[in-house]
Amino acid sequence: MILTPEQQALLDGAKGETMAKVVKTLVMYGDAFGAERMVPVTSKYGHTVISFGLKAIKPVYALYDQLLDAGLVSGQKFTADPKPLDPNVPSSLLEDLVFKKIMYTDQKPYEEQLRRLGITSDDDYTCTCYLDEVGNKPEKGDVLSWAESSAVVYANSVLGARCNRNSGIIELMGSIAGFVPEFGLLTDEGRKASWVVELRCKHRPEAQLLGSAIGMKVMEEVPYVKGLDKWLGTELDKAACAYLKDFGAATASNGAVGLYHIENLTPEAKEQGEALIREGAQVYVIDDAELERVKRSYPVVWKDPEAKPQLCFVGCPHLTMQQLIDWTDRIEAALRAKSLPQVTVPTVFTASTPVLKEFEKTVYASKLRTYGVILSYICPLMYMNNPLCKKKAVITCSNKLRTYTSARYYTEAEILSIITTKEAAK
Amino acid sequence: MKQFKGRVIVPGTCTAEALVSRGGFNTLASYQMALMFGDKQVKCGDQNNPDIYKKPMLGKALCLPMTIGSTTGGMVLYTACSMGKQPACMLFSLPIDSLAASGAILGDVWTEAKMPVVDGLGEEFLAYVKTGMTVTVREDGVVEVE
Repeated sequence: MILTPEQQALLDGAKGETMAKVVKTLVMYGDAFGAERMVPVTSKYGHTVISFGLKAIKPVYALYDQLLDAGLVSGQKFTADPKPLDPNVPSSLLEDLVFKKIMYTDQKPYEEQLRRLGITSDDDYTCTCYLDEVGNKPEKGDVLSWAESSAVVYANSVLGARCNRNSGIIELMGSIAGFVPEFGLLTDEGRKASWVVELRCKHRPEAQLLGSAIGMKVMEEVPYVKGLDKWLGTELDKAACAYLKDFGAATASNGAVGLYHIENLTPEAKEQGEALIREGAQVYVIDDAELERVKRSYPVVWKDPEAKPQLCFVGCPHLTMQQLIDWTDRIEAALRAKSLPQVTVPTVFTASTPVLKEFEKTVYASKLRTYGVILSYICPLMYMNNPLCKKKAVITCSNKLRTYTSARYYTEAEILSIITTKEAAK
Repeated sequence: MKQFKGRVIVPGTCTAEALVSRGGFNTLASYQMALMFGDKQVKCGDQNNPDIYKKPMLGKALCLPMTIGSTTGGMVLYTACSMGKQPACMLFSLPIDSLAASGAILGDVWTEAKMPVVDGLGEEFLAYVKTGMTVTVREDGVVEVE
């Protein structure tokens, strides 16, 4: 890798040993992928995936202390993934004990570290930092140093920014140095598609199911999706963006997709069309039967597969304002049709604090509460990331949550039906 | 004995018993419980990986195609290295992925752990090596399996 004189000086220790180690880490990272140079981080804000004060990862906090002691803070303010705890979310006494005394013992000191390192606000803990209400929305062509697979795939695909699938810690080091190695999704060549996905569905495919199917097939490669504009249109309106948020999260968690192109819809596909497709790209045809096959392939890892659902999570990734409104309308209609006053399974909807604050200003927030739905800023994945939750029958329409936990996946329509059935109330 | 040549990501040498994951190695799922509850043998906690589920990972020559899963993966590997709970080495049949590379490099630069990492050993390597075989990693990226 060829470094500029300034970068070489940093590597040689001009700003101290710790900064030299930060740059050495980034150089080795680039070397592993054949990067020839560093490029400046151009986005206004960063984003970190590490939002939790987990006792088990104390060495991370020690490393961050080392950075702070050396006077190294992020050169750009940043947002962070959602917090793992929220008193609004139902939990047993035993769960509270495990969360607070065993698992997340370092939450408060870690949040203080993040303040010192440069988090934008105590409200900005969310995986959907790119929503308007949060305001960490990169421009097309911006180079990012982010981690959080669902945010990275959205920024690359929907916003046209450029970011690799970085790991936690590395993303902060890129923000501290102000530059990142140029490879993979930062290059024009790395953004070309090696898979063509042809949609032949008769119904609008469920976002999280379609994303799962594509992720499992293409893994870390870039897919170019044909036929989705039939269902989403050719403009990135609120509905299309919400769909792509959920779709992308599933491609990134069920596979390792960092960028997708949607024909006639996402920015690079609109500009370059099929020129984005590599010669010899493989083809994956998806119809309704294929989606059904994928859905049936998910293992049920509940201790009792016949258990009645005990908890429902909707909002992984965090919901948009429009999704909250749409869900409120759908629940209202379903409850009315069944003459029920409230949902019959404890249900938590998750969204970022800035979105929830805006939502509270609408009539929908009080309606949703009346229907028994809990609103939270929590990360459902971290909530479920403990041995006790394996015994709990949790349902979700998030394919990311299904992948990483024992939560059972259902489509949105199925979730709506389950949480509004009289049988579940018994 | 058979030799395979790969690319050195983190230099070093070691000899250890092989532990083979034929599918993608989910770093978070594999290490989470062992790190959280102080398992001395660092048994794999990923129930979706039948090749290595519940098998001790500490000090083994971890042979795998690539890592998969959460972007916390690199951080988890770094944590394992900091605590002295890392494998003896990591040997990838495919080119290394960005999360594994991050973890391996963070471990090398920021901890005292010695964990040689070699990638690109090829499909034949993963087809040949079996759990329990003895693996020797040389400085130049040559891996001997017997």
